[in-house]
Amino acid sequence: MKRGWFVPIAASLGFAFLYLPIVSLVIYSFNESKLVTVWSRFSTKWYGELFRDPQILQAAWVSLKIALISASVALVLGTLAALVLARFGRFAGRTLFNGMTTAPLVMPEVITGLSLLLLFVSMELTFGWPAGRGLTTIIIAHTTFCMAYVAVVVQSRLVDMDRSTEEAALDLGATPVRVFFDITLPTIAPALVSGWLLAFTLSLDDLVIASFVSGPGASTLPMVIFSKVRLGVSPDVNALATLMIAVVSVGVLGSLWIMNRRKPTNRNPQA
Amino acid sequence: MTVSDDQPWRDPSAQPFLRIKGLSKHFGSVAAVDKVSLDIYRGELFCLLGGSGSGKSTLLRMLAGFETANAGSIEIDGQDMADVPPYRRPVNMMFQSYALFPHMTVADNIAYGLKRERLPRAEIASRVDQLLSMVQLGDFAKRKPSQLSGGQRQRVALARALAKGPKLLLLDEPLGALDKKLREETQFELMKIQEETGVTFVVVTHDQEEAMTLATRIGVMRDGEIVQVATPREVYEYPNSRFVADFIGSVNLFEGRVSEDGEAHMRLDCADIGAEIYVGHGVSCTPGQRLWVALRPEKVRVSTQPPAQSHNVLQGVVDEIAYMGGSSVLRVRLANGKLVHVTQPNLDRDDAHPVSWDDAVYLSWGDTAGVVLPV
Repeated sequence: MKRGWFVPIAASLGFAFLYLPIVSLVIYSFNESKLVTVWSRFSTKWYGELFRDPQILQAAWVSLKIALISASVALVLGTLAALVLARFGRFAGRTLFNGMTTAPLVMPEVITGLSLLLLFVSMELTFGWPAGRGLTTIIIAHTTFCMAYVAVVVQSRLVDMDRSTEEAALDLGATPVRVFFDITLPTIAPALVSGWLLAFTLSLDDLVIASFVSGPGASTLPMVIFSKVRLGVSPDVNALATLMIAVVSVGVLGSLWIMNRRKPTNRNPQA
Repeated sequence: MTVSDDQPWRDPSAQPFLRIKGLSKHFGSVAAVDKVSLDIYRGELFCLLGGSGSGKSTLLRMLAGFETANAGSIEIDGQDMADVPPYRRPVNMMFQSYALFPHMTVADNIAYGLKRERLPRAEIASRVDQLLSMVQLGDFAKRKPSQLSGGQRQRVALARALAKGPKLLLLDEPLGALDKKLREETQFELMKIQEETGVTFVVVTHDQEEAMTLATRIGVMRDGEIVQVATPREVYEYPNSRFVADFIGSVNLFEGRVSEDGEAHMRLDCADIGAEIYVGHGVSCTPGQRLWVALRPEKVRVSTQPPAQSHNVLQGVVDEIAYMGGSSVLRVRLANGKLVHVTQPNLDRDDAHPVSWDDAVYLSWGDTAGVVLPV
C-alpha cells in the first residue's frame, strides 16, 4: 500500500497531543521568570533551588525507598502468583485466585486506599502492628497493588514459554528447583525486569493510596508536589517534574534495551 | 554372527532391555495409551510409528518420566521406573523442538547434563569436545542456538542428549523439522551414531519412510494400541491388518469371499473387481469367509498385450499417470469403475511411456504377490 499523507499527519497530531505538554513543561523549567507562564530567559536556577529545598529532598528520598522496596517485594510475590496461575493447572479456587490477583488493576484507587487504611487501623488496634501510619504502611500498600501488575506481566511470559526446555533440563538430571533457577528464571528475566520497572514507576507515581495510608513524616514526592501546587504553581515544580521524567525515561529505555538485547536468542533466524 | 545376535527378539532366551507391561494412560475419558506391552532389546533402534493422536508421543513421555501411567509398568535394564523421577532415570530424550537452552552456548548446552553429575571441569570439557566433533560442530562451541541452522541445532540436541551416556535414548520426531534433503542425510548420520555408541534408541515418528530407513523394528500404533511389531520388511510385506497395510506405503485392497480352499492354494471371489483372485499358498479359512487381499502397486505388472498367465489378470483403462521421476504411478480404471494403483519404474530416459492415457491395459500379478488379511 502506498503510504499517504494521512498516517504521518495523524501520528504527528497524536504525538503532539501526548508530548507537547511535557515538552512545554521541560522548556519552562529552564525559565528564569518567577511567573510560570511568562518566558523571560534561559536559566537553571530553579534546579539549584530544588536541591536546596530540604522538604523536597526528604520526600524524594522517601519515595525512592518506598518504590525500591515495594517493587522488589512485589516482584517476588507477583512472580510466585504468576507461577501458580501459569503452572499449577486446575486447582480448586483457581478462577477465584486469578480474579483476586488481578482485581487491584481495576479497583478504584480511592477504594484500595480506604480499605487498606481501615485494615491498618484495625490491625493496630488488635495486634499493635503496624504502629501508626508511615513508611511501612505505604510500602505494604504499594506492594499489594504493584504485585498484581507484576503477576500479569510475568504470567503472560510464562504461558508463552516453551515448556520443553524445562523438561529437557529435568531430563538431563536437574532437580525441579535447579530447573527453575537455570532455565525458567533466565527465560522470564525480561518480564521480571519490565515487571519490576513497572512496579517501581507505579509506586513512584502513586498519590491517592499513599495519601490514605501515610502518616506524619512520611510524605512521598507526589504528595509534596500536590500540596505545593495547591498553593500555586511554582517554577521549581517544573524543574522537579523534568527530573522525574528524566529518571523514568532512563528506566524505560533501559528496560527496552535489556529486552532487545535478549531478543535474538529467542528468534529463529531460519524462519 | 548368529540370527539371535542380530535379531534378539527372535531368541526366546534373550532378556529385553526395556520391558513395558500393560501400560495405560488416560486423559479424562480418553485412553491415550491403552494396555501397551512391548519388549525392546539392547542396541535396538526401535521406531514407534503412528498418526497424530495415536499415543506414540505419550508413550515416549512416559518412558522419560514426564507422564505417569495409570496402569502397567516400565522396566529399564531390570529396574522398575514407577517411582523414579525424570531427573534420576538412566534415560535421555531429544525433543521434537530440540528444546535447546536459548541463553546458553552450544558447549554449555551439551555440558549441562554433565555439570549436574558434578564431574571435574576438565573431564566435562573433554567430553564436550568429543561430542562436538562427533556431530561435526567443533567450530560452533561458542555460538548460541539462535546462530545455528536447523540441521546444526538438531545435532546439538542429539549431542546434548547423548552427553550423559544414557542407557536409553528417546527421540521425538528427530528429523521432523528438517527439509527433505537434509532429513535423508541426517537419517544415515543418526544410524551411524547409534551404531558407534551402541545406545538403545526409541524413535517416535509419523513418517513411515523414516521409520523404514532407521528402524531395526517398527511398532505401529493406532488409537493408543500397538497393532504390529515387526522389522520394516515384515511390516511392509507381511502386514497383519488392513490398517497396517494401508498405513505403510500405498496398497490396493480387494475384498472377496473364499470360493475354493485348497491345501496349497485358495481362490477368492472378488465382487470388488469383478474377478477371481488366485492365492498360491494355503490360508487357514473356511469357504465363504470374507477376506481381503492387499496388493502393493509395485507388484502389479502392466501390459498392452494379454499376459501369458490365466489367473490374476484384470483389464482396464489408464485413468491417470503421475510422473514421479524414478517411477510413475498409474491409476487404472476397471470395467466396474474400481481404481487400481500401479507403480512402474522409469527404466529409460527417453521412453515415452509404453502406456498412455485412455489406453486399454492388462494388469497381472504373481500367485504370492498379494497379502491375505482376515481383518
